[in-house]
Amino acid sequence: MAALTEIRWHGRGGQGAKTAALLLADVAFNTGKHVQGFPEYGPERMGAPITAYDRISDNEIRVHSNIYEPDYVAVVDDTLLHSVDVTKGLKPEGGILINTEKPKEEILPLLKGYSGKVYVLNARKVCMETMGNYFPNTPMLAAMVKISKVMEEETFLKEMEASLAHKFEKKPEVLAGNMAALKQALTEVQ
Amino acid sequence: MAIRTRMSGNEATAYAIRQINPDVMPAFPITPSTEIPQYVSNMVANGEVDTEFIPVESEHSSMSAAIGASAAGARTLTATSSAGLAFMWEVVYVAASSRLPIVMAVVNRGLTGPLNINAEHSDSMGARDSGWIQIYGENNQEAYDNMLQAFRIAEHESVHLPVMICQDGFITSHAVENISLLEDEPVKQFVGEYEPEHYMLKDQEPMAVGPYAVSNYCMEAKKAQAEAMIRAKDAILQVAKEFEAISGRSYGLFEEYQMEDALYAIVAIGSVCGTAKDAIDRLRAGGMKVGLIKVRVFRPFPGEELAEALRKVKAIAIMDRCESYSAQGGPLGAELTAAMYRAGLDAKTVNIVYGLSGRDVRVEDIEQVYADLREMAEEGKTFAQYPYLGLRER
Repeated sequence: MAALTEIRWHGRGGQGAKTAALLLADVAFNTGKHVQGFPEYGPERMGAPITAYDRISDNEIRVHSNIYEPDYVAVVDDTLLHSVDVTKGLKPEGGILINTEKPKEEILPLLKGYSGKVYVLNARKVCMETMGNYFPNTPMLAAMVKISKVMEEETFLKEMEASLAHKFEKKPEVLAGNMAALKQALTEVQ
Repeated sequence: MAIRTRMSGNEATAYAIRQINPDVMPAFPITPSTEIPQYVSNMVANGEVDTEFIPVESEHSSMSAAIGASAAGARTLTATSSAGLAFMWEVVYVAASSRLPIVMAVVNRGLTGPLNINAEHSDSMGARDSGWIQIYGENNQEAYDNMLQAFRIAEHESVHLPVMICQDGFITSHAVENISLLEDEPVKQFVGEYEPEHYMLKDQEPMAVGPYAVSNYCMEAKKAQAEAMIRAKDAILQVAKEFEAISGRSYGLFEEYQMEDALYAIVAIGSVCGTAKDAIDRLRAGGMKVGLIKVRVFRPFPGEELAEALRKVKAIAIMDRCESYSAQGGPLGAELTAAMYRAGLDAKTVNIVYGLSGRDVRVEDIEQVYADLREMAEEGKTFAQYPYLGLRER
């Protein structure tokens, strides 16, 4: 595990990219790390492209700037590949994770020759099979933990269960579906 | 035992408010401070605080209600940003001149326009001459710690002035970071019960607050207010010392980072200082003697103390996250260079405007500032006196 891992999230307003970034900071904190999770707001509205960031570090984090050379990038909506330069600054030793229903071969030409690892996840399929509702950030979060290895999968699931139980205190019925989505995403990301 | 957790700057501020348990909080929502009254309303609904939360119809009303509550004898607090603070304008001055110890969480955001929601200091800097004490934080930890100290300073017997606790919108207000919180009981002990000496609901002492003052008396009232602002320096330091005893974290009027042997220094306010510290560590690893002064208290302005701390420095970049349209720089630049002149300092200075409307500042940007300072001091290179950092070329 690297001393500092930097992650950039691309999504559209309303899809929960910011929530995913904050949740990742949350669970990473529980493993003893220093964390920073923050959104970058443009004109805030449903459907507009938004960016969010995570720094996960063994040391105190003092810097307060955006992340320009991330280790990993998550794209929560594949329509962004046409309008946002998602691989900009992305380290070739790192990787990019894309939520898409398309096969990987159709996605690769849209990545401007990025030479690092490319992962895809059909988050819609995972969501519909587990939660019956499309909240792509939940499976994307699990897939990001898997590819970035910022923590052990077991630890991640344990921490998420506690965190979701707290978050959905008043809606306990959704906990099982969320946990199933996380587990399924861990196995289905390719 | 300290509570080690993670939360955003807004959440940390609300957590401090819960622990302080103020009597009254009137507020009107405005980005990026909206979450603060939102969290506090939840606390009220959940019975976690005894605070009377007043949802008002505007910021002019929130400050007016705060003035009424504080004058009546209640420990009173509000929160705002940007245009919200601007809309309070008239009564912001009334709070200070009535010597009311109101605390206001200011989540800094630029004033319009162009319309924008991101971090800038033009809102609170615009109110710098309103008679409020102003304390700025670098991160969520400082937003929390400063809020806990605010009422002790405002209500201090030698002060009696309102206090703004400022933090950078989104950059710290919405960033989830590690933080160390105090337990409720030591905070309660530290903040103490509010027992005002004079207040309107005191039946043995009928009084008026904010009446007309004729020219025969008005100037004396203003002088008394100015004297209180001067005395606030000692009060702030005294409260900081007591806070250190319960928290282990030390605060002054400003923080010096690697200043002992620094030849080139940046003086700045807020979250950019964390980024500057990373730049300093990188440059020091290469042998460059650079340092930072982070101004925590802007009102009262610690001019003499800052000049003393800068006495051995050859070149200084004074950084303003605010354009004051004065045609010669920003407010920190103007005040610090005046203080340096009075102290007989002749170091080279440059007043840099940066980060307007949330324009991002990278470690590399700060490294470039230090490189420019070195050239200015050692090679006599001249720079525009009032440059913008990170401005797009087209």
